[in-house]
Amino acid sequence: MNKPRIAVHKFSSCDGCQLTFLNLGEALLQLNEQVEILHFLEAGMSDAETEVDIAFVEGSLSTPNELERIQQVRANSRYLVSIGACATSGGLQALRNLEGQHDNWRDAIYARPEFIQTLKEVQPIAAAVQVDLELWGCPVSSAQILAAIRALLFDVAPIDDRDRVCLECKRQQAVCVLVTGAAPCMGPVTRTGCGALCPRFGRACYGCYGPSETPQTDTLAQRFAGFGLLPDAIARRFLLINSQAPAFLHTGKVFYHSGTGDQDD
Amino acid sequence: MPASVYLPRRDLQCLLDLIVSQGYTLKGPQVIDGAILMRPLNSTSQLPKGLEQTQAPGEYRLQQTQGLRHFSWANGPQALKPLTFVPRETLWRSEAQPDGTLKFHESIDPPEPTAVLGVRGCDLAALALQDQHFAGDPYYQQRRQSLLLIAIDCSHPADTCFCASTRDGPDAKDGFDLALSELEEGFLVRAGSQQGTALMEQLQVSEPTLEQHQEAQSQLEQARQQQRHLPDFEPAELIQLNQHTAWDEVADACLSCGNCTSVCPSCFCFSESEAPELNGTESSHQRQWDSCFSEGHSYIHGHRFRPDTKGRYRQWLTHKFGSWVEQYGRSGCTGCGRCISWCPVGIDPLQVLTQLGETQS
Repeated sequence: MNKPRIAVHKFSSCDGCQLTFLNLGEALLQLNEQVEILHFLEAGMSDAETEVDIAFVEGSLSTPNELERIQQVRANSRYLVSIGACATSGGLQALRNLEGQHDNWRDAIYARPEFIQTLKEVQPIAAAVQVDLELWGCPVSSAQILAAIRALLFDVAPIDDRDRVCLECKRQQAVCVLVTGAAPCMGPVTRTGCGALCPRFGRACYGCYGPSETPQTDTLAQRFAGFGLLPDAIARRFLLINSQAPAFLHTGKVFYHSGTGDQDD
Repeated sequence: MPASVYLPRRDLQCLLDLIVSQGYTLKGPQVIDGAILMRPLNSTSQLPKGLEQTQAPGEYRLQQTQGLRHFSWANGPQALKPLTFVPRETLWRSEAQPDGTLKFHESIDPPEPTAVLGVRGCDLAALALQDQHFAGDPYYQQRRQSLLLIAIDCSHPADTCFCASTRDGPDAKDGFDLALSELEEGFLVRAGSQQGTALMEQLQVSEPTLEQHQEAQSQLEQARQQQRHLPDFEPAELIQLNQHTAWDEVADACLSCGNCTSVCPSCFCFSESEAPELNGTESSHQRQWDSCFSEGHSYIHGHRFRPDTKGRYRQWLTHKFGSWVEQYGRSGCTGCGRCISWCPVGIDPLQVLTQLGETQS
């Protein structure tokens, strides 16, 4: 039997999710026995045009070229799995969508703006093509990747775990930073997958895995306000890594630029 | 109440040493990350000393005082539950055989005997409820049977506590091996089992004085003066109130985060999942704490029966305070107040119950 063929594609991103593959360590060697990895630039394989069973896509759509390239990836792949915050919601670079000042900023920053070809708005992969599975996180975790590959190799639907960080935080028996220290923790509205990494080290979750199921973002924002967080600080909790995820965008915008006199809509 | 003996504070270490010498791994309260958690313990110097706490809806803070008491606080986010109903465990492993069949291996290691110091009445009552629920569960039972429980009569209930009204505290009622009542100078110790009696007989103790008995009695009376009470309601009728507007109000306030169920010492829901190895021939079957506030909890092939927070909150409250009575002979609430303190938005289920008892305008 032929081994399933895999590609890992890069779009606008920091490569951190590709590094999650490389950080698999021994599991990567085992994986290599199960599948054939044909395209994976961080690991040195380059064959971007090849047809595969599973294409992992890291990064957002930020340039006209990427819009074309993702169509090609989709056409060449049986399953398309977007990995990481950039691919699933647009990532950090999508912060530029908030202001709608693409041309002004480009012209102010670059000496020769005519060479810069970027989209006015950054888009997640699912905005352009059908995505079969989304793995959220900045970066994704190795466990998520392995579980997804294993399920696809078994030809079963991967588990889409949309539970909150809180559930895992309590399983890990971490002490709640929100209750003990009034920390603006995003755990109650953020999807699990990280193993409650930040709260386990006494730090408030900053929502890098994007919204959980039924995220009560407005309620949490009101709680942050009750802790004395100013509107701008509340907006920054929601509008950071996953600013374009609808639930975070909705609540973040309520507080964004509010009360500062320069609201732009 | 069985006869008590007096153990001076300086001899508490003897009790710890005695327990360890009998082969137990001892766990006891320690300050970790701003809360009191049960952690491996071998010296009284690891215990909180003069530590008090403030608990309020959505708030938990520790305060250091000059006092000498080790147990002048009510509780932490967890006590016994993670020791018996562990947050995540492998139930069995399966292995594909060359002929295509599967071989199953039960994953059940004999636990090490564990002693826990500092258990409260509310925790013991919740443990008794979990004992009922997990009566036929070998994973739970083998850990449960290896427990030695050293209880403490609660002298400093928090503002969130209401164990007096559920009749589960503030003193340890039963289900313990030894129970301690902490006084200014030492402890009154009583046994609740043969094991406890055997331990007590090996301690250097004295007859308590009348004053010591009176001190214990008066601080217990004081601990019973709790401001929070379980409101009057008819458990069987809760489920009939499914159209009450109180559910809409609490659904607006609730994050559906499940923290109340995770810290609840009697909540027992779990989910199970398969964790296959990458090689595709081995897999472990796991269970982990789940919550009626998660979407998976009400998922039955192709349909989510409780898609929104309103339905989930209603499920939790009507089960905990209503249908538990039918299932287990009593309410699932033992008055520990953890669901109030550890709710990130400070929802108080007692207020919701009170609201449900009021007629709607």
